[in-house]
This record gives sequence, structure tokens and C-alpha cells, in this order.
Amino acid sequence: MIVAAILALLVTMALVLTRAFIGPTVYDRILAVNAFGTKSVLLITVGGHAMGWYSYVDIALMYALINFVGTLAVMRFFETHDPRHDEL
Amino acid sequence: MLIGLLSDLCLLFGGLLCLTGGVGLLRLPSFFVRLHAASVTETLATVFLIAGVMLDTGWALDTAKLLLLIVIMFVANPSITHALCRTAAHGKYRPESNHEPQASHQQENQSSNNSTS
Repeated sequence: MIVAAILALLVTMALVLTRAFIGPTVYDRILAVNAFGTKSVLLITVGGHAMGWYSYVDIALMYALINFVGTLAVMRFFETHDPRHDEL
Repeated sequence: MLIGLLSDLCLLFGGLLCLTGGVGLLRLPSFFVRLHAASVTETLATVFLIAGVMLDTGWALDTAKLLLLIVIMFVANPSITHALCRTAAHGKYRPESNHEPQASHQQENQSSNNSTS
């Protein structure tokens, strides 16, 4: 069953990456990249447990915190951005 | 045996929620609808997947770390969604609607918000 969860995570990452590439506005891309980071944290956790890695949870914790702060920084950068003026 | 069954159930439900969120993020028509679909399913899928791993791990130090990871993701995901919604609103991004009554309703809401503030 853990293999099914890993497969579902990989398919979801592919779908989210597609949205990150075709996203009409910059906010769609930020949302997709954040969702991709969350899914990679989950993939590290589930896959690390399935493959018996050593101390995978610390890497997942670090990745979750870095994803949170990085997404906040990118959103801060695009806060006063008007999507009607250019096609990002 | 029961713990293993519960862990499998959590992992299966979490994977299903992940797939639902991915399909919703790819297929839904507007940005705010996509935001809703992605954030809600993502938060619950995180809790279920990590809980499945936690049940499979047993009593160890990793259990506490996984619980900490659940708490961090459960706080971080909705706040990221809220901040992204505010960012889109500050960037003058409004939801586009096909129906005229809905658009006028939104304009009324905006005007009432402006008058109250």
C-alpha cells in the first residue's frame, strides 16, 4: 500500500508541475511550486520510510521549513505586481 | 495487525486525496478555485500520509519528529494559502466571472467594503 501512496504522489507531482508550466498568471505558478514542495516533503517521508533511509525525517522537516519561508519570500516579492500589465 | 491495517488505510486515503488535489489544481477554471482545491486537499493529505508512516514506524524518536512535521505542515499550509490569496488581491487580481449578476454582486461587495473601510 505504501507503493500505491508513492505512485499517487509521483502522479500528483507531474500534474502540479504541468500547472506550474502552463499557469496563466504568476500566482498560479507560485501555488503550483508550493504544492510541488509539499508533495516532495511527503515523498521524502513516505519514500524514505519505504526504502529504510537513515534519518529521513530531519531532511523532510528542513525541506518543509525552507519551502514555507521560500514561498513567503516569493509572495512578498510579487505582492505589488499587477498581472494585467505583462504576461508572466 | 490492526495497526498495519490502519496505516494502509491512512496511506491509501492520503494518496487518493493527493491525486484529487493534483487533478483539481490542473483542471479547475479560475485561480481562486484552484487555490481552494489545492490547499484543502493538500492539508488533509499531508496529515493522513504522515500519520500512515507514523503508525508504521512504531514507538521511536522518529514518531515524535513525524508528529512535529504534521504540526508544522498543518500550520504552514493554510497560512501559505491565506498569504497567497492576499498577495493575489493586493496585486489587483480579481476573479473573472462569466455571469453579469455575479460580477455586479462582486462590485457591490467591493464598494460596500470600500465604504465601510
